[in-house]
Amino acid sequence: MSTVKSTALPPFQLVFDEHANAVLTFLTGAVGSFEAEDCFQETMLSALRAYPGLGDASNLRGWLFTIARRKAIDAHRARARRPMPVADPDPGSTPNAHPETDEVLWDQVRSLPVKQRKAVVLRFAGDRSYPEIAAAMSTTQDSARQSVHEGLKKLRRELR
Amino acid sequence: MTVDQVVTNRFLERADAKGLLDVAVTTMDSPVGKLLLVATPKGLVRIAFEDENRDDVLGEVAEHLSPRILEAPRRLDPVRRELDKYFAGRLRDFEVPIDWSLTGVFARRVLRRTARIPYGSVASYRDVAVGVGTPRGARAVGNALGSNPIPVVVPCHRVVRTGGAIGGYGGGLPRKRYLLALEAG
Repeated sequence: MSTVKSTALPPFQLVFDEHANAVLTFLTGAVGSFEAEDCFQETMLSALRAYPGLGDASNLRGWLFTIARRKAIDAHRARARRPMPVADPDPGSTPNAHPETDEVLWDQVRSLPVKQRKAVVLRFAGDRSYPEIAAAMSTTQDSARQSVHEGLKKLRRELR
Repeated sequence: MTVDQVVTNRFLERADAKGLLDVAVTTMDSPVGKLLLVATPKGLVRIAFEDENRDDVLGEVAEHLSPRILEAPRRLDPVRRELDKYFAGRLRDFEVPIDWSLTGVFARRVLRRTARIPYGSVASYRDVAVGVGTPRGARAVGNALGSNPIPVVVPCHRVVRTGGAIGGYGGGLPRKRYLLALEAG
């Protein structure tokens, strides 16, 4: 056998198969369905580019979501008219001060019931207003508010 | 949200355009069972019969070549077309480029020599050993052929024992008999 480049990284296809749907779901919530695919493609291409240099294959999901969050922030920035959803002056170096806490939080968000999850993601990752959330979820503003409220209550309980 | 085939194909195209598709894989049906086909931009690098464990095969490719491995059937269209023709008896010489990266120096010499055995004929392990300049190395030749990463296309099935006994085959003797019978017409 020729040169061995060590590392026990699984074929990227397996990473894609396992996490692509979750990444797209997250991005749809974070940037809206119009921009979700672009962000998704950017996320996966960045991941693919960086993949061989990845030293540690133990948290591929967390790694992918870190890239996805960064792409979502980029997308928000690109939309000049919109206020920035995340106050972070340098996404390249410190996209997130507490990646582990954050990952736990997102895991909890992902385990919320569908309606609450969508509403919470749209509200906080996507920085959407209640009328926008109501429109995105084909429901009323009151119902959207209610879903966010219930979701947050559940998160507070579980993260305590 | 489900990532559908359209989105997946766009991703593959962009990855390819950016030179990030290091290893393309696909599977195809054949008379000797499902074949796993693996190619790099240089050429066909691996063919595996279905009784080899797919994860093991791709794990080895990930380790030795690159973990940027994606299912990209279109990249392997030329290989699939040639194999289909071969199994239909309508192709004698494979022309798809070969990537020898998964073979060592000696094995590569043996396999290149083997690739020159004409369609429909056979050579002995000893013939091949002589051909690569190691007349006493018939056993080493056997080992090199046994580790052929690209069976069928690199026709190690055309190497038999002196005297005509069928010898061994990495993919099992029934496959070797089938391929020899196919080529005998």
